[in-house]
Amino acid sequence: MEHGSATDSSSSTFSLMDEDHTLANSVRYTLNQDPRVIFCGYSIPHPSENKVNIRVQTTGDPAKDVLKDGFQNLMVMCQHVRSTFGKAVDDFKSPEGMKIDTP
Amino acid sequence: MSPKVSALDMPDVPMGQLPEHLHLQRTRVVCKADAPIHTEGIQYSGAYASIGVDNSVGVDSFCKNFKVKVVRLTNNEIEFDMIGIDASLANAFRRILIAEVPTMAIEKVLMVNNTSVVADEVLAHRLGLIPLNADPRLFEYLSENDAPNERNTIVYKLDVSCKKGSPRVTVKSDQLKWLPHGSELQMDSHDISAKAKSYTSFSCIQDSLPEFSKKPLGVKFDDIIIAKLGPGQAIELEAHAVKGIGKIHAKWSPVATAWYRMLPEVSLLKEVIGDVAEKLVKKCPVNVFDIEDLGNAGGKKAVVANPRACTLCRECIRGVNEELVELRRVKDHFIFTVESTGALSPEELFIEAVKILEDKCDRVISELS
Repeated sequence: MEHGSATDSSSSTFSLMDEDHTLANSVRYTLNQDPRVIFCGYSIPHPSENKVNIRVQTTGDPAKDVLKDGFQNLMVMCQHVRSTFGKAVDDFKSPEGMKIDTP
Repeated sequence: MSPKVSALDMPDVPMGQLPEHLHLQRTRVVCKADAPIHTEGIQYSGAYASIGVDNSVGVDSFCKNFKVKVVRLTNNEIEFDMIGIDASLANAFRRILIAEVPTMAIEKVLMVNNTSVVADEVLAHRLGLIPLNADPRLFEYLSENDAPNERNTIVYKLDVSCKKGSPRVTVKSDQLKWLPHGSELQMDSHDISAKAKSYTSFSCIQDSLPEFSKKPLGVKFDDIIIAKLGPGQAIELEAHAVKGIGKIHAKWSPVATAWYRMLPEVSLLKEVIGDVAEKLVKKCPVNVFDIEDLGNAGGKKAVVANPRACTLCRECIRGVNEELVELRRVKDHFIFTVESTGALSPEELFIEAVKILEDKCDRVISELS
């Protein structure tokens, strides 16, 4: 859900349902790295309600696109984390054969 | 009279790099005697725009600099280092590991007979907390409208009794028997001519399915005490296990716990020699410091031998008049530990958690388009 002004598409607040700090803090981090973003922050209106408000203000680009790019970047980072972790676990297991000590 | 130079034109700092103290503020948490400072992450891309340094970290440079190193891996526990990642992502993985990776756990308990001292609901609660050896990725969620079938339910039976005159019996979790045929109890039916319906409608025997024939779906640990029976008491029940996530109830959390800490960095502000060095080495309870003998000059110098073991007890900076040691934490190096309860191995759990974060992003992207 996007709450923005009809004339100015570069600043708006997005309200996401069924989300919490897990996703909102991560996407706030990726958005802040984007040089097109002037301001980015999130808030949880009430802790009993599963809703998150993400505010994005950009240097002219529509806020929706910038937010989508932020999520895409987060996905790419996650995929990279997954592949690097998988490789590291394989590297750890392989030279020592199956010398994993059992508790 | 020297020409006026702008404070921002620092001649000894190369262009495009931050001066020492700002680099420290950006990348390290300094743990002082009373509280840590520089804890907030400076993520805004234009934070250092006035001195011409670009603070943005693009996805490419993240992918180039990100490293993972596994330190310890056992069947139940993994300890690994993640270097180059931010606290928000590390925390997201920790939160997902604890609350959003699905598992199987007993949810519905059909009591036939319970004459033990443990009340029905207490017994059902205890059964729910028993970790099951079932891979949740092979099952589907059971919603209220679905009928329980072999794809979303696992059925267990517990049938124990203690005969009169025999000593007390301890009911352990290995007495929970898996029923691959489904529920054995019949539902009440008003229509006498209709075939008796059981509580689950398994269309095929669960252990005929290829995934389950090799690994029977039992409990993970055999020696969990469920109840104790005195002479003449009996328990007969059927338990149905379904898929769920830790957010709804902690029994569905796949980890005993998962935590992370930032890599400690201990630096000596001055050269510490002689008796002061000996005292410093003795003060640390985890042996972060060590003595290095200075050959010809005699005397001993304290060096930092094992900063990774530092637990931030602050014994080395307590009570001394002069500052000898500075305790710091590296903001983008996380030492992650995941302890699994057994359904999935710890490295698989972490990969599932990352997949779940990706799915969340995907869902929001499709909602936004």
